[in-house]
Parts: sequence; structure tokens; C-alpha cells
Amino acid sequence: MPTNNPLSSQTRALIRAQMSRRGFMAGAGGLGAAGLLAACGTKSASPSDAAAVVDVSDTEKIARWANWTLYLDYDEKSKSYPSLEALKKSSGLDITYKEDVDDNNTFYGKVAGQLKLGKDIGYDIVTLTDWMVGRWIRLGYTQKIDEAGVPNKVNILPALANVGFDPGRNNSLTWQTGFAGFGWNKQLLPKGVHTVDDLFAPANKGRIEVLSEMRDTMGIIMQYQGVDPSGDFTEDQFMNAIDFFQKKIADGFIRQVKGNSYKEDLISGDAVAVIGWSGDVFQLALENKNKFDFAIPESGGTLWSDNMLIPSTSTHRKNAEAVMNYYYEPAVAAQVAAYVNYICPVEGAQAEMEKIDPVLAKSPYIFPDAQALAKVKVFASLSPADETKYQSAFQKASGN
Amino acid sequence: MAFVAAVAKRSSTVRGIKRPSTPYLLLIPGLLWLCLFFIYPLINLASTSTQTPSESGEIGSYVQTFRFANYIDAFSGAREQFTRSIIYALIATLLALAISYPLAYAIAFKSGKWKNLLLVLVVAPFFTSFLLRTIAWKQILGNEGPVVTVLRGLHIIGPQTGLTASAFAVVTGMTYNFLPFMTLPLYASLERIDPRTLEAAGDLYANAITTFRKVTFPLSLPGVVAGTLLTFIPAAGDYINATLLGNPKTKMVGNVIESRFFEIVDYPTAAALSFMLMAAILILVAVYVRRSGTDELV
Repeated sequence: MPTNNPLSSQTRALIRAQMSRRGFMAGAGGLGAAGLLAACGTKSASPSDAAAVVDVSDTEKIARWANWTLYLDYDEKSKSYPSLEALKKSSGLDITYKEDVDDNNTFYGKVAGQLKLGKDIGYDIVTLTDWMVGRWIRLGYTQKIDEAGVPNKVNILPALANVGFDPGRNNSLTWQTGFAGFGWNKQLLPKGVHTVDDLFAPANKGRIEVLSEMRDTMGIIMQYQGVDPSGDFTEDQFMNAIDFFQKKIADGFIRQVKGNSYKEDLISGDAVAVIGWSGDVFQLALENKNKFDFAIPESGGTLWSDNMLIPSTSTHRKNAEAVMNYYYEPAVAAQVAAYVNYICPVEGAQAEMEKIDPVLAKSPYIFPDAQALAKVKVFASLSPADETKYQSAFQKASGN
Repeated sequence: MAFVAAVAKRSSTVRGIKRPSTPYLLLIPGLLWLCLFFIYPLINLASTSTQTPSESGEIGSYVQTFRFANYIDAFSGAREQFTRSIIYALIATLLALAISYPLAYAIAFKSGKWKNLLLVLVVAPFFTSFLLRTIAWKQILGNEGPVVTVLRGLHIIGPQTGLTASAFAVVTGMTYNFLPFMTLPLYASLERIDPRTLEAAGDLYANAITTFRKVTFPLSLPGVVAGTLLTFIPAAGDYINATLLGNPKTKMVGNVIESRFFEIVDYPTAAALSFMLMAAILILVAVYVRRSGTDELV
């Protein structure tokens, strides 16, 4: 296993498989969208029109970035983001960084109307998860990233360089990658949580929380039932997993279905075990005297990535590219990874991490080894119709 | 609006034929505001509620087909949450009334020089955000919180039982959050009662209970009706309390609308549900106002 290529061949094969499926879907979606546009004559929503936005980066030295919470190195003392401050100083850019994304769907719901009308959504960089980025690209809501503006793009891990929803990475760039698996309170559950049966043990009843991100929660349950969520699973197989999930809610095992906020419930003790995200749980453990632990389920966890993109409505593409380029410098990427604890997508960051924190440089959850990667799957890309059907079933089971 | 109407009524009777158009001119800003921020969104919502997915099949893309069956589908999918919303809102309203009446009564009649301070205290929570106040209840009712500790100490609840993520927590949060909406109208109508009517009741040999039953309560009825409406209507549409303090089995119709809109990107169903919620509340309120004989209030 070469250190500069932490994604196993198996995972790469998997992502390649995704690519063909997704590539097909993207083509079909693009055609559909184009047909629709021709029919109603809407402006600015097709990919070619994205170029119609005039880039005023040279006169307006600003960049506005919407990201998820706890996703950039933060200094409690100065109440600022050290890496971002350094970039502001060196580039002269005035960068507005906002933790405005707390859910892919909610964020999309807030900006979809403006994107459709081609009105400025107030951001020049938006960080979203794979499948949502796929939707934006399909609908022409992104701008092509100019390679000349992001020379460090070559530093992306080979396995992430070519993904199905964005062949050649022309419209997006990976921000962080992570696992979904089990997080638990070590004091209350000293034996740990390694299987779905451990999670739903009678003693944990009413104190279990799972992610509202359908692909993560269902991906883990499906693998427990022996179904590969990255493959061509059938509707029945998905619905079997929904039945399992619904039963656990009906029987009172699952306390809540939620996003990042499961962290507060782990701290307060209201939740003892969760389906959560790797980086979240490691950050929690770091802040709470190592009280929590994370593991990938024995039957399999999920792998996802969040990606930076430039919205079609942004008039500061060049500035946004400068920001992306900066965060693809291995030293800067290591600085971010040391704080966020997710998988770092930048090649060479592991060597830089040795200088910051040799222990983290060996963490299988930041620079994963083949063993960890063999246990995770990327959820298959869904057609819009399946997406709606599965999401409806998941929401209904969650009580909505 | 009621105020504008009252002004219009008065000026037309006092000034008579002289300047009949003035009151209507005065209505224009209000009407414009109403059209822009109420009528237009309402029409938009109505139009969305009968749409169906477009041929492209892309998520969030819908076309108008006047499919009224959307309403039936939406209702049958959310019947449980609808019922729950009405029941939770009713309980929260009754609890708020039971808590607010003595409070408003004390402020209006017994507080003396403390009156203004007490009124400020009632309104003070409004200075912090609704979300923060609800999250605070997570802590108050949380496993390490004071309520659970006391109840466990008294062996009223078992050592493993919690109070958050339950229907109890949702209703408690709703009662608390909407309490000022109940207290202020109650206070306003109690405060307006002429003390001489109470003295007169005493002169006529009514004891304290009879005085309250025959004089104070009937005179405060407008406050009771206004307070219950101001509490019930937002409580029935609320989803923040159910999200933060509830569990998957205590979701309300607001949660369904939110999930349909944001998670599933199913705008027609979300719109149809919003309309039905509005209709259900309007019908309940109309029946209530008629029965309580205070039509002039709304």
C-alpha cells in the first residue's frame, strides 16, 4: 500500500463503477433539463449560460463561502480561522466564511429558487455532498472551474480525481471525505458498538440516534441485511431496510433521527450510541477527555465526500478558484485535517501532517488504510424518480 | 385592520357626506401590504398545490395539471400528524390558560407598584430567539437536568426514564413558548374591568367565588377568546418544539410540511398540507368564536 494513495484498489473500482452509472444518469438528466428549458424559455439555467455571468473578481476582491459547521480549523482564543486569516493576508481577498450548510436538502431548498432565476445566491463557493453536487451539475447550477486558476488541483487523490457525477472534476473539488459508522459513549458502553445488533441492544433502547442523511443510515442497515448499497439493489431490498428502520422506531429504540446535533445528545447522555460521522465523533472525543469512540460497522459503513463548487450565479469565480487552490496546498490541507479529523483529499498532506502531529498522520480515519476502506461503500447514485421515492419512504419512516 | 375599520366607521358617521373617500384612501397602504404579502403568496401556494411532476422527472420540477387529488393523497399520508397537531395544540392552549389566568389576574389586581416590572418579565423571554428558548428546555428536562433529578429522587420516575424526546416535552415546550400570547390579552381585558363592578357585586352579597363566576370571568371573556386563539393557531402549525423536544412518534403536521418541502422537494404536497392546515384552523376558530359569542373580536 503506497502511502501517497490511501484509497484501495477496491474502492477505486467502486468509484469507477459509480462513474459509469452516474455518467449515464447525468447525460439523461442533462437532456431532460435542456428539453425543459427549451420548452419554457427560462434563462440562465443551462450550463452554457453559466458563462454569461460576468466575472468581476479583478475589481471586487471578495469571496463568499458557505460550509458545514466545524469544517475548518478554528482557534478558540482568537475566535478566527487561522488558515483563512493567512489566506486573507497573502491574497488580499476579503473572504466571508459562513457555516450556513447544515443539511444538503435544506440548503438546496433555500437557494433553488434563486438559482433557477439566475439571481445571486450570496455565495461564491458552496460545499455539498456528492449526490447533491451531482444534482447541481445536472441542472447547470455550477460554473466550470478553470484549471489555470487552480494549479494545485493536481494534488487531489487519484481515486477522487474522476467521479461519476463530475467526470474530470471540471465543476467540483473534494473538500473532505468521511465515514458513517457507529459512535458511542465509552463509559456507558465499555464493550463498544461494532455491529447493528450491538447498536440496537435492549439496554440502549430509547437512547439511540441515527443520521437524517438517508444514504448513511440506510446504507448501514442495508449492508447489515446483506445488500450492497453501492450496487444495483432492488426497490424491495431498499424497502426491507426501511421496514427494519421503521420497526426500531415503532419499538422505541430510536430516540431521534437528526443531523450534526446528535453530538449534543451524546455529551448530555441523552444518547449513548449513534449512527454518526467519523470526524464528528473524533472531535467530540478530543474535546471530552476521550469519552467517545467511533467504529465502522462490521457489516459495513458508508463513505461520502463533500465537495466545493462555484454556483452559476457567482460573479467572483477567479477569487473562488484562488481559495480552492490555497486549500489544495498539502501544508494547508494538513492544517485543516488536524482540526476537522475527516479524510483529507489532498495528496502530500500526510507528509505535512507528520510535522504537525505524528499521531494524526497515522490515523486510519484521516489517512485511511486498505483495511478501513474495504469496509465501506459509496451509496449508489439514484435517478431523480428513485431519489424521490426512497427519500419519501425514509422521511415517512422517520415520522414525517 | 380592526382599528382601521373602526376609524373608517367613525369618520363616515361623524363627518357624514363631506369627505367619504378619506377612509378608503387610508386603507390603501394596508390593502397593498395585504395583497403583496398575503394574497399573492396564497394564490401562489394554491397554484403549487395542484401541480404534478414535470416530464423531465428532475427533482423539484413541477407543472400545473390541476390535480386536486393531491389534497386527498396529502391528507391520507399525514392524517396521524394532523390529529396530533390539533390535540397537542389544544392541550398546550388549555395549560397556558390555566397558568396564565391566575398570573394575569395577579398582575392586573394585586401587583400594585410591581405591575410594570411583572409585565416586562412576561415579555422578557421574547428578547431571546424562539429556538434558543426551546433548546433551553432540552437542558431543563434533560437527563442531568433539575426536573429529572428531583423526580428520580422522589421515585416518581425510574432511574432509566427520561423526559426529553417525548410528547410531554413537546407540549411543555409549546405551552411555555406561547404563554405570553395568552397572558397579555388576558391581562388587557382583566385590567379594563371597572373595580366598582366588583364592589357592586360585594354590595349585593356575592361572595368571592360568585363575584368571579358572575362578574370577573364573563368580563374577561374577550381576553380568554383572544388569548386562546393567539396560542392555538401558532401552536397547531408549530414544528420547532416537535423537532427539538420530540421523537419520531411525536411529529406534527408542520414537520411533514417541512420534510416534504426541504427533504423530498415535493412542493405540491407541502402546499396542499399548508392549505389544509389553514382550512382546519379557520373552521375550528369559526366554530369556537361563534359558540363563545364573541364574533366582534375577529
